[in-house]
Amino acid sequence: MINFQYARASDVADAVRMMAADPTAKFIAGGTNLIDLMKEDVERPSRLIDISRLPLNSVEETADGGLRIGALVPNSDLAYHPLVAQRYPLLASAILAGASQQLRNMASTGGNLLQRTRCAYFYDTATPCNKREPGSGCSARNGLNRMHAILGTSESCIATHPSDMCVALAALDAKVHVAGSAGERAMAFTDFHRLPGTTPQHDANLQPDEIVTAVELPAQGFAKNYTYLKIRDRLSYAFALVSVAAALELDGNTIKQARLALGGVAHKPWRDTGAEAGLRGQTANRATFAHAADLVLRDAKGLAHNAFKIELARKVIVRALTQAARGTPQSQSNKKIR
Amino acid sequence: MALARKRATGEPIQVPEKIAVSLIVNGVERRLDVAPWTTLLDALRDHLDLTGTKKGCDHGQCGACTVLADGRRINSCLTLAVMKDGAKITTIEGLATEGVLHPLQQAFIDHDAFQCGYCTPGQICSAVGLIAEGKAKTADEIRELMSGNICRCGAYPNIVAAILQAMGQS
Repeated sequence: MINFQYARASDVADAVRMMAADPTAKFIAGGTNLIDLMKEDVERPSRLIDISRLPLNSVEETADGGLRIGALVPNSDLAYHPLVAQRYPLLASAILAGASQQLRNMASTGGNLLQRTRCAYFYDTATPCNKREPGSGCSARNGLNRMHAILGTSESCIATHPSDMCVALAALDAKVHVAGSAGERAMAFTDFHRLPGTTPQHDANLQPDEIVTAVELPAQGFAKNYTYLKIRDRLSYAFALVSVAAALELDGNTIKQARLALGGVAHKPWRDTGAEAGLRGQTANRATFAHAADLVLRDAKGLAHNAFKIELARKVIVRALTQAARGTPQSQSNKKIR
Repeated sequence: MALARKRATGEPIQVPEKIAVSLIVNGVERRLDVAPWTTLLDALRDHLDLTGTKKGCDHGQCGACTVLADGRRINSCLTLAVMKDGAKITTIEGLATEGVLHPLQQAFIDHDAFQCGYCTPGQICSAVGLIAEGKAKTADEIRELMSGNICRCGAYPNIVAAILQAMGQS
């Protein structure tokens, strides 16, 4: 790990000021991804600005019946928060599908959004990577790309966003609140992360001196008909090959509203509002779900090792929508898929 | 080549040599001076001679470094000692009281829940955290919530049995 300076921010404004004064600094909260990347020499900050003691660790109900989640709420506290467990079980389930309990105890809400890809070439400083060293090339495109993206890729980058929590937040139509030198703003969750294009070094639509302060959930939590179904190489503590957050609002057997977002397939949590629109008004059955899967995957492209993800995603979408429609969400401890 | 990469600015930076940190380790206040980049794990092992906490992967993937910070289990390899200033840290050395093993330590012996023993301090600290959280009731739930602790000898069935025994006593 490179030598660096350490400073503790006294409040959000202080954190923003410190970052604006030193663009080579990094914020640190849980540290679970950043310290790992620093040990690998992928991140080489001049200074760490410790924001872990800022008062951004509460979960509060909003005036319109939603929830405002402070950026420093640990992942485990969020998953087990009574209001989240009761009203947003899709979010709780997705969080518990990711990482280990030790990591969830450390990792923050904001940090989960800002974690970097686990592409092995991004981590390996001996190989070219456009995300780590812009312009150096993509080693994954013609390398080992079994874990990589099938949707929204570019010539520059085929990395995936690794988060489970973010897939649920995209499906639930969350908002991200940020603060920076230019003031505070909020954006739709699906506008927070970006596709790689020609600038894969940028994971999010965030200015260098901006800090995530909160994530806000709207009132509708789809607590009755939802599931988070994650397929991976081992049953626990592994990143997704494909994961699906599915949520339905049903009137009898007719779909009034649908939410569908995928993890492990793109540079960002992949929510498909076109497929959701196609589900509305339809009967909740296998043919309807298969059609939605076709819509989601219509532009999917496989590479040498990851083409299997297209068929896998098709099946996981159908199974997830089936689980959601039945009201039998995937258990995150008993992994049998029903 | 990668190691020769320059910072974006190319400017040399002023780095403080050491930062004073206070940790309450196993109930005793310990003051130490650490470089900012000293992990909690290295502070415990190299500064405080508490070598019961193990360095396995050093990347948060194996769980051998698990300790309790303010009662919550964490990977001590992925946090900095300076960030934990003032925290209460419990390591494997702090679990036994007056010569009597912690129920989990005794349960691991009773069930032969290890072979080489390298992951054991992390497994036991993790299980202490698991029981305090109170979320695991079944063997499935124990397996899931202990998945951050790898045992390369494969003692998992006995580890689950040991935790079930200790849960029954708590």
